[in-house]
Amino acid sequence: MDHDATADVNAPHSMGTTIIGVTYNGGVILGADSRTSTGLYVANRASDKITQLTDNVYICRSGSAADSQIVSDYVRYFLHQHTIQLGQPATVKVAANLVRLLSYNNKNMLQTGIIVGGWDKYEGGKIYGVPLGGTIVEQPFAIGGSGSSYLYGFFDQAWKDGMTKDEAEQLVVKAVSLAIARDGASGGVVRTVTINSEGVTRNFYPGDQLPLWHDEVEAHNSLLDILNATNPEPMST
Amino acid sequence: MDTLLSSEGDSQRTQYPYVTGTSVIGIKYKDGILMAADMGGSYGSTIRYKSVERLKQVGKHSLIGASGEISDFQEILKYLDELILHDNMWDDGNSLGPKEVHNYLTRVMYNRRNKFDPLWNSLIIGGVKNGHKYLGSVSMIGVHFEDDHVATGFGNHLARPILREEWREDLTFEEGVKLLEKCMRNLLYRDRSAVNKLQIAKITEEGLTVSQPYSLKTFWNFAAFQNPTVNAEGSWILCLMMFCCTKTCAFVDASFSFIARHGSA
Repeated sequence: MDHDATADVNAPHSMGTTIIGVTYNGGVILGADSRTSTGLYVANRASDKITQLTDNVYICRSGSAADSQIVSDYVRYFLHQHTIQLGQPATVKVAANLVRLLSYNNKNMLQTGIIVGGWDKYEGGKIYGVPLGGTIVEQPFAIGGSGSSYLYGFFDQAWKDGMTKDEAEQLVVKAVSLAIARDGASGGVVRTVTINSEGVTRNFYPGDQLPLWHDEVEAHNSLLDILNATNPEPMST
Repeated sequence: MDTLLSSEGDSQRTQYPYVTGTSVIGIKYKDGILMAADMGGSYGSTIRYKSVERLKQVGKHSLIGASGEISDFQEILKYLDELILHDNMWDDGNSLGPKEVHNYLTRVMYNRRNKFDPLWNSLIIGGVKNGHKYLGSVSMIGVHFEDDHVATGFGNHLARPILREEWREDLTFEEGVKLLEKCMRNLLYRDRSAVNKLQIAKITEEGLTVSQPYSLKTFWNFAAFQNPTVNAEGSWILCLMMFCCTKTCAFVDASFSFIARHGSA
């Protein structure tokens, strides 16, 4: 596969997905859509892009499904050994730096953007972004994937430091849902994973229960239901 | 043609940058070196990260500023960590100064370039050791030089003309900061990847400080901006007259800044 050496360096590759990680006062919340596409076809409409590395560290995967899966498999393997040697749970920073090592050293072959989030007893809840190229950036919140283009403005306006768990969860669900509304490569359900000192909680928001945005209409079982509602059949005895 | 230069499964060859930082400027002043860089990390045309620290300390005597691919800069910092660690382990009372660090980085950058696998950065090294001030730069292909004022990227086109006019050997700290801010403001106006959040770092014989992140005021309240078409059919005529070359831009913006400060219609 030849890379065109004159490729426009100002055109980042778009990655089919919306992934988000936010910190709140007590931990982190990771969120993602569930669409895996091969070209225009939706290969999996209910995939799980939030993957476990250890009990206390999870990642959101975007970009090439194969690349992100193999990176997460390697990092899980290394972290497992590291935990045994260390004798206590790995820190989020170590997990993020392992992801960075793989992403950076194989930058010519990999096409995956990853958000690492978790909780450890030293630093509490932390989010690290590892975009294409293998840069590592610690952030109070991170967004990634093709759907994230539609969320920069939203987060600039809606993000606040020190949110409660429920506020943060609502923000993540709203954001993924807004991205799904506009990004063809994102869709399906919204999955969230909350990590704090008490442990890990998974949540599931089915596609038909997400809020409706501009120019979207309520779902019905059939047109017939609509017609019958406006012109009810006269009752007969 | 490509198969002659590489083979399938070839480990590395010239890549392209993904997350990039823009200009860094450095100047010598009376007591040492001053360096400025904004905190932006661009992803193509998107300004993706706004808190990237691009000025870092190296050992006791040096300061490095980087533009270009941030992941490669992070890797360079790891190489420098190792360099300084081994230098400290000699425990011989000597320590690497900015000139040595500059030379080390030049070799690293040039050798990577020879393997068609560059570290996609332009670096500025500055520092003071034993009373000698040093300021140098290295590019991604290993081009290196030292000077009284250096810049990377857009800074070369927009900042250095200002510095050529206004830099002096005996600048005080306050004068140096004002001069750097003048350059950074110009870059903010004219560089698309600039971000209005910057840090200024100072290094002297005593030590190094990197300022807290802060933003610069910008000036837009000019009659010519408010009514661009008043003396011309179509504002593009005005643009053509005034902005036909970069040096003029820099001069015009610097003049506007001067006028804004010192009061004039």
